Amino acid sequence: MVPELFIITLLVFLIMQAAPGDFLDQYRLDPSVSKDFLQALEKQYGLDQPIMVQYIKWLKGLVTGDLGYSFYYRRPVSDLIGERVLNTLILSLYSFVISWIVGIILGVISALKKYSFWDKFLTVIAFTGIAIPGFFLALLLLYFAAKTGTFPVAGMYSVNHGKMNVWEGFKDIFWHLQLPAFTLTFGGFAGLMRYMRGSLLDVLNEDYVEFARAKGMPERVVIFKHAMRNAINPLITMFGFSLSSLLGGAVITETIFSWPGLGRLVYQALVQQDIYVVMASTVISVIMLIAGNLVGDILLAAVDPRIRLE
Amino acid sequence: MEPILSVKNLSTWFYMEEGVVKAVNDVNLELHENEVVGIVGETGSGKSVTVRSIMRLIHKPGKIVSGKVIYRGRGKEEDILSLPEDEMTSIRGKEISMVFQDPLTSLNPLYTIGDQLTETIIQHQDVDRKTAWEIGIEMLKKVQIPEAEKRMMSYPFEFSGGMRQRAVIAIALSCNPKVLIADEPTTALDVTIQAQILDLMKELQKEFKTGMLFITHDLGVIASMADKIIVMYGSRQMEVASAEDIFYRPLHPYTHMLLRAIPRLDKKQDKLEAIPGQPPRMIEVPNVCPFAPRCPRRLDKCTKELPELVEIEPEHFVRCFNPVLETKNSEAIPNE
Repeated sequence: MVPELFIITLLVFLIMQAAPGDFLDQYRLDPSVSKDFLQALEKQYGLDQPIMVQYIKWLKGLVTGDLGYSFYYRRPVSDLIGERVLNTLILSLYSFVISWIVGIILGVISALKKYSFWDKFLTVIAFTGIAIPGFFLALLLLYFAAKTGTFPVAGMYSVNHGKMNVWEGFKDIFWHLQLPAFTLTFGGFAGLMRYMRGSLLDVLNEDYVEFARAKGMPERVVIFKHAMRNAINPLITMFGFSLSSLLGGAVITETIFSWPGLGRLVYQALVQQDIYVVMASTVISVIMLIAGNLVGDILLAAVDPRIRLE
Repeated sequence: MEPILSVKNLSTWFYMEEGVVKAVNDVNLELHENEVVGIVGETGSGKSVTVRSIMRLIHKPGKIVSGKVIYRGRGKEEDILSLPEDEMTSIRGKEISMVFQDPLTSLNPLYTIGDQLTETIIQHQDVDRKTAWEIGIEMLKKVQIPEAEKRMMSYPFEFSGGMRQRAVIAIALSCNPKVLIADEPTTALDVTIQAQILDLMKELQKEFKTGMLFITHDLGVIASMADKIIVMYGSRQMEVASAEDIFYRPLHPYTHMLLRAIPRLDKKQDKLEAIPGQPPRMIEVPNVCPFAPRCPRRLDKCTKELPELVEIEPEHFVRCFNPVLETKNSEAIPNE
């Protein structure tokens, strides 16, 4: 994990540097900013030093838990991220849980009722979900919200959120959550549903499922004990992998809905060349990816004896 | 004595997009207690579909279009095909069991042998988990799996192919069924293991006095197992007779040619003869003798109508207009 982290952060750092200009360009273009002031800023931010020195300094900070300093917000990166992690988690966990539950249930229905009306209907919905780009769906929903006024257009809180009690505040956030969560869920559940359907259909053709029937097991046991557990295995690997997208998977959706989460922060940081914010999000993504795969492997070993004993 | 299982005029068709595949047509058979009936035929002749129809394990687009399957094991005559589906679960595994062709895929990889064995026992017998486990161990001992107590905890992937088929047989026999259907149980195994499994099955069949329907495409295997043999071709029974009659006095040209295509110790043969031509296409078949296109004894009649299955000799049924009645049967069919 450590070498992976090292290589990935170095690459991202170099790519950021390879992009023309740096954070201070916006000041350089401003004639009212003096040369001395610019040099002072360069020195303060460490931008006058060679790239490798900057990287090693940042790496040293990382080891001691210091994620660096945001040029734009003029605050430590860890504070910025800390404020937004919760917002992102509210959005991503909510849509993650819904897409998995809905995806698996609909996938199972679709497989058990193969080629029926419901299967075809769900298939159309699923392909629509896969085919519509997230940003486009988000814009459509925004238009819908603005026209009908049933949902708030953007943000996470109403203007008067500060005056609400806990329950009303919760309801307020929940209401704001629906459209961005729908955008994420619609794209997410569709793939899962098709995957679950295919996997279950494969397993239903297996001899051991037919043998379970031939043993006289009721259909309920055949499906849920013998078929489902085998069908869910490939999805567990996916589960681990998609855990990694919980922190930072929703850049576009968060930006369009002005959801004050990590995705939007990182997007702004990329535009601004606010390099240490970008680096911090890279570190988080890498850690989440590795941790997610680890969780997936552990879960898979827990359910599949063949992997456990190898 | 009345047979424990009688199949009457069974037809199972598959409604495919390309047309109707008549996989099984008008099959009749009887199986007595403690009797082994072999069904031989090449791939696609309808033998597997026949036994799966008996178990009612035919799925869409397949359909049992006509016939009766009378089971007499529960003290009365019951037509299995007209039982409600939930009643079938008390027949399958308890009254009629089945062993599949490929032991590598017929056990669920995620559950232990013990789990898959005891779930069957608990399903059909009124026992608690602990007793079921004991019965399971006894069954594994019966199929000669060493260290049965320990092996109950093993997963299928820890077993060899032969061991897995033993475990499958243990599961199939665990509730002492009156009928055991074995659908090519040794085809996927290598020859030495085949012989062991066949011996074991024969032994257990005698011990439990089970009626057994044994499917194979291997005449050598069936010779050692069956009392009575049904030869199937193109979805129909071509010849039904005792094992001895099939091997020494075959009447149907197809059976003849099959026997000449396998090596025998009791007859000197210079060359094994393959049956010319291809197995029939099964879609939109006209009602004529299915073997006619490949048959050297074909008459004009054969391509115009379907011969009936008639009892030419006592207990020896043949579906042919021009059966091989000569005693010197080696000359009965000219070499190609």
